[in-house]
Amino acid sequence: METLPTASPDAEERPYGRRIVLSVIGLGAIGVALGAPLQSAIDAVLSPVRRVDPTGLAELVPGEGGWRYYSVTARQPDLTTADYRLRVDGLVDRSTTLTWDDLSDLPQTRWTRDFQCVTGWRVDEVAWQGVRLNDLLDVVGVQSAARAITFHSHDGVYTESLTLDQVDRDEVMVATHLDGEIVTRDHGGPVRLLVVPMYGYKSLKWLSRIELVDNVEPGYWEERGYDVDAYVGSSNGRNDEPIT
Amino acid sequence: MTSTPMSDRPTDATTNPSPERRFSTAEIAVHAAFAVLIGIGILTAAIMWIDTLAIAVGRRETVRTIHLTVGLLAPLPLALGLLSARFRADAVRLERWSSSDVAWLRARDRRSGRIPVTRFNAGQKLNAALTVGAIVVLTGTGTVMAGWLWSWPTSTRTDATWVHDWTAFALTLAVVGHIAFAVRYGRGDASTQNHGATSTS
Repeated sequence: METLPTASPDAEERPYGRRIVLSVIGLGAIGVALGAPLQSAIDAVLSPVRRVDPTGLAELVPGEGGWRYYSVTARQPDLTTADYRLRVDGLVDRSTTLTWDDLSDLPQTRWTRDFQCVTGWRVDEVAWQGVRLNDLLDVVGVQSAARAITFHSHDGVYTESLTLDQVDRDEVMVATHLDGEIVTRDHGGPVRLLVVPMYGYKSLKWLSRIELVDNVEPGYWEERGYDVDAYVGSSNGRNDEPIT
Repeated sequence: MTSTPMSDRPTDATTNPSPERRFSTAEIAVHAAFAVLIGIGILTAAIMWIDTLAIAVGRRETVRTIHLTVGLLAPLPLALGLLSARFRADAVRLERWSSSDVAWLRARDRRSGRIPVTRFNAGQKLNAALTVGAIVVLTGTGTVMAGWLWSWPTSTRTDATWVHDWTAFALTLAVVGHIAFAVRYGRGDASTQNHGATSTS
């Protein structure tokens, strides 16, 4: 052992190192065990700070901070309203390809609803506008054999699904506007799906194709462990406030 | 060994390990490997965390795979380091706190030399312990997030995500502080706050 410059005998030394290590591990375990309640308490303290922060640095601090952007491919589709196309096919009477103008000519629906992600963040009172999916399906005519819909994204990878019962019962929209503006590319624009009562991963971005099928095909994240029926507050083991 | 008139100690680190070299080759290798892994971990985390970077880079699955790989490898250099006697001896020194360590951490004039410091100061001990704890928490919560070992409920996975985010945030601050102190006060240099550094066990 080295010689210490002052009288500091070994007996005086304490194993604080391992206590710090174990404390950090303990805090982590408590955080996982308490989970959501502790999370909401800390977010309640931080969110006022986040709102007034002019630097944007508060975005780096973990917690609920409005929208977060996820994309699963290397590049996000770059589409203008002029070159946007939406195919509707499968078990329908009239397979159709719709343009932006076609969508604008259909009856418009407006909903202001919260948007909740399965990873925890929630955006309050988002104003959506677009064509209710039921109205769009009336145009193409759904065959009696159809039971479900598979949605495809212009990113070429992401898919999602809904049963026709869910489409009838729930608020589902082909959304073209978000908070009064045309849906931006980062938000999945110009046209995305909105499934109001379900977690965000059901609201597929860059909607390219609506395919009527006879059976539910689990979507991208559902192949990776998330629930197919993704109602906010009663799926994925979460207890968020439902969205209606 | 030759010496220039201006220097009374070797300047070439590749010559025989001199008693004045603060760390052994094994320790330097462990530090370098650990730093690279943690660095890549922070970089890939930033790509997944900061919206601007997430949008610019995309490829979430690839970034995630790199992040998980370096995360799993991160404890490895530390484990291999335990094969080295000097690494073990330094780990013990980092782990033991004397009463003057506590006093040093509390003192405003801790850099004045009034409070004697042994091979590692209390700040370095604190950083080492927090880093080891953080690595365990990050590996553990990361395992839950990735869905490994068991089919964790999504609620547990999101709770683990929350702890993982905060721990990663704190560790990143610690790393930034660690680098800042190293730049300011010197690193691996026998001339800096290293009473007792010239003897090895």
